[in-house]
Parts: sequence; C-alpha cells; structure tokens
Amino acid sequence: MSTTGLVGVYQPGTTLLHRLPVGVKLGGLMIFSLAIVLVRSMPAAWAFLAVALVLALVARIRLVTLARAARTVLFLALFVGALQWWWYGRDKAIETFVDLLALSIGAVVVSATTPVNAMLDSFIRWITPLRPIGVDPERVALTIGLAIQALPGTVALAVETRDAARARGVRHPRAFLAPFVVRVVARAHETGDALHARGIGDD
Amino acid sequence: MPTISFDAAGLSVPVAGGARVVLEPTTVELTEQRVGIIGANGSGKSTLARMVNGLVAPSTGRVLVDGVDVARHGAAIRRRVGFCFTDPASQLVMPTCVEDVELSLRRHEKNAARRHDRALEVLDRYGLSEHADVSVHALSGGQKQLLALAGVLAVEPAVVVADEPTTLLDLANTRRVADLLFGLDQQLVLVTHDLDLARRCDRVLVVEDARVRYDGPAGAAVDDYLASVTT
Repeated sequence: MSTTGLVGVYQPGTTLLHRLPVGVKLGGLMIFSLAIVLVRSMPAAWAFLAVALVLALVARIRLVTLARAARTVLFLALFVGALQWWWYGRDKAIETFVDLLALSIGAVVVSATTPVNAMLDSFIRWITPLRPIGVDPERVALTIGLAIQALPGTVALAVETRDAARARGVRHPRAFLAPFVVRVVARAHETGDALHARGIGDD
Repeated sequence: MPTISFDAAGLSVPVAGGARVVLEPTTVELTEQRVGIIGANGSGKSTLARMVNGLVAPSTGRVLVDGVDVARHGAAIRRRVGFCFTDPASQLVMPTCVEDVELSLRRHEKNAARRHDRALEVLDRYGLSEHADVSVHALSGGQKQLLALAGVLAVEPAVVVADEPTTLLDLANTRRVADLLFGLDQQLVLVTHDLDLARRCDRVLVVEDARVRYDGPAGAAVDDYLASVTT
C-alpha cells in the first residue's frame, strides 16, 4: 500500500507553481482553506474543486498522485459525508465531500511543488526573529518537517499492525491499538536516535 | 586511522530490586580499519557500538575517539563518527532521497542550491541518482539501506559505525551494502550476525553475557564464537 497519500511527494518541475515562493504557496493554501470553510454553498464547493483541479493541471501533477490523495481522504470524506447526510440531508453531505476533496488536492499541489527542505528554510527564516526569546528556528522547522514526514510512516505501521492482528485471527480493537501505540512510540525513539546520531539538533 | 578507546566503559541500568549489567566495564583500544563485533542477541554488542557515537552513555568509565571524550563532546564526536542503524526506515526522515541527504548536509552547507547539488553528487556516488526525487517509502530494503549510508557518508565522517546493517537485507543487497562498507577509506566498526562479513574484518570482538569474551584476528574470533555456540 502506498503511504504517501495526502503528504504527497515533491515532483520536480519548472511550472509556475514550482517557481512561486514557499510563502506565497502556503499563504494561498491557507486562504483557499479558509474560503472553503467560510463559503458554504453547493456551487462554491464545485468551484473550489475546479480551482484545485486547475492548479493540479498547471503544476502537472501526475494523475496517480491525485488519485492517492483522493483515496486517502475518501474514507474520512465518506464518513463525514454520511454523518452530514444523516443530520442535514443529501445536499450538505455532497457539499462537504466535495469540499474535503478540494482541500486535499490543494494540499497535494503545494507539497508536490515544494521540496520539504525549501519549506524548512522558509520556516527558519520566518521564525528566526523569535530567537531572542529562546526559540530555536532550526529545531522548530525540523519538528514541523518531521511531523509532515511522520504521517506516511505511521500509516504504514498501522497497516502492518492491522495485518498482523488479522493473521492471528484477532479482531478485538485492543489487539490492534495496543501494539500500534507501542510500535509508534518505538519508531519515535528510533527516529530520535537516528537524528541524534546524525548530529541534527546539535547546533 | 582514528583510535577508539574504551576505558573501563560499562553500563548498568536500574531495575526493580537492583541493577542490570548491560555491559561490564570494558577496556579495549581499536585502531584497525575494520573492526567487527559479533555475539548473540542481547549480549551487549550494540551497546558497545552505540557508545562510540554517544547514543549510549557509559555509566562507568569513558569512551574516547582520538582522545576526545564522547560523553563530554557529543556534537564534535557526531561530526567524526557516523552511525548506520539496522532498520533504515527509522533513519530516513525526509520524503524524498535527495531531501534526506540534504538534511545531513544542513549543518555543513547553508546555501540551499549548493546543498542540493552536493546531495545529488552523493546520491550519484552511491548509485542512487535515478531515485533522487523518489519517495523514500518507495525504495526497496537494499536501496533504503544504501540511502541511509549515503546520508551518513555525505558528511565524510572519520569513523562509520554500522549496527547490523545487513540483517534485514536479501543476499544481493547484503553484498552491495557489504561491498560499500568494506570499500570505505574510513574506519569501520561493524556489528553483525553475518560471520562471512565478520571474517572480512581486521579484528573481531566477541561479546557474550555483557562482556568482551574474545578479542583477536577475525578468523580465530569467528571460530571461537562458533565453538561457543555449538558446545
């Protein structure tokens, strides 16, 4: 199973979106997300999805990457959509589903056109003025980068743990949750050791 | 070659009702280019290796690399001693191959464009250039381990410590990683269960029950280990 999903993976290119500064892209994504949340109507939802798809086309993002993003968000979107259907009816459910899809494609457009290291450099630049009050920009930026990167690895651990429970014929949620939490904590320790060993965070 | 000195370095950890000895106080001086460490699971060999990089601090004694105390000068030591883990998945922390190598280079090259170029050169050197923009999750086990090593070697450490780097690999990838490790100019400290690899070392330490039971030339050390396992 692919574990990249929403996090996307940088796809090198020279499109307009690749050349835009990181701040512009992240700011744009923030405005786009706010607009989706604040403007609540069916036509607007389809318009937002169209905008997201046009941006993906402009960035020449591979169809398979978009499909992965859609698949990753599908379960959540279906769940939320079902709840909306139950509470507010069909139209609201469809609107919410389309909104979530547009959001996920917008996130993929940014992550596929922006290397994580470029994001880290930008975060460091933005946070550096806070150094006098004790903020370590490198460390904060690395933490954000790690949080982004941890998601696919954690999904992979979840899948492995679920498969292991199935292989033993165990269906109780505890048989999944307990080993999953233990493995996530162990992986966090290993990653910490690996960062420590590479001297990252020493300076 | 650098000199790695264990000066009565040992480790005990508190447990309910007392202390558990992970490594008895150990005194050895490693000056050979390729040093192997073999022994059973839980014998203390990884602890011994981790002390060289400062990942584990001794509770007694000290470890020195070229006279520099690992516990006191951790940052300086980690610039000189690279560490490669058994499972590369825990070592690769960036989304793509080139970004992960760039992470290693961040302290050494502040200019983003030059850092990127250097990372590409490193990937090319280790036969990974065609995977530069590929997700680290999409690599095979062998490629992941090569990438983890590339990340370590990118900063040109004087010593490379590798903790069972081939345990999770198939035969072909074991050979690729082993050939890379044994082709290095740097000093290599290799923890391994692969006795063929251990035989390629200049000196081998056999660790058993939290102490170095045998220390000598590779052939004799491996034979001693085999005899201890079969008796």
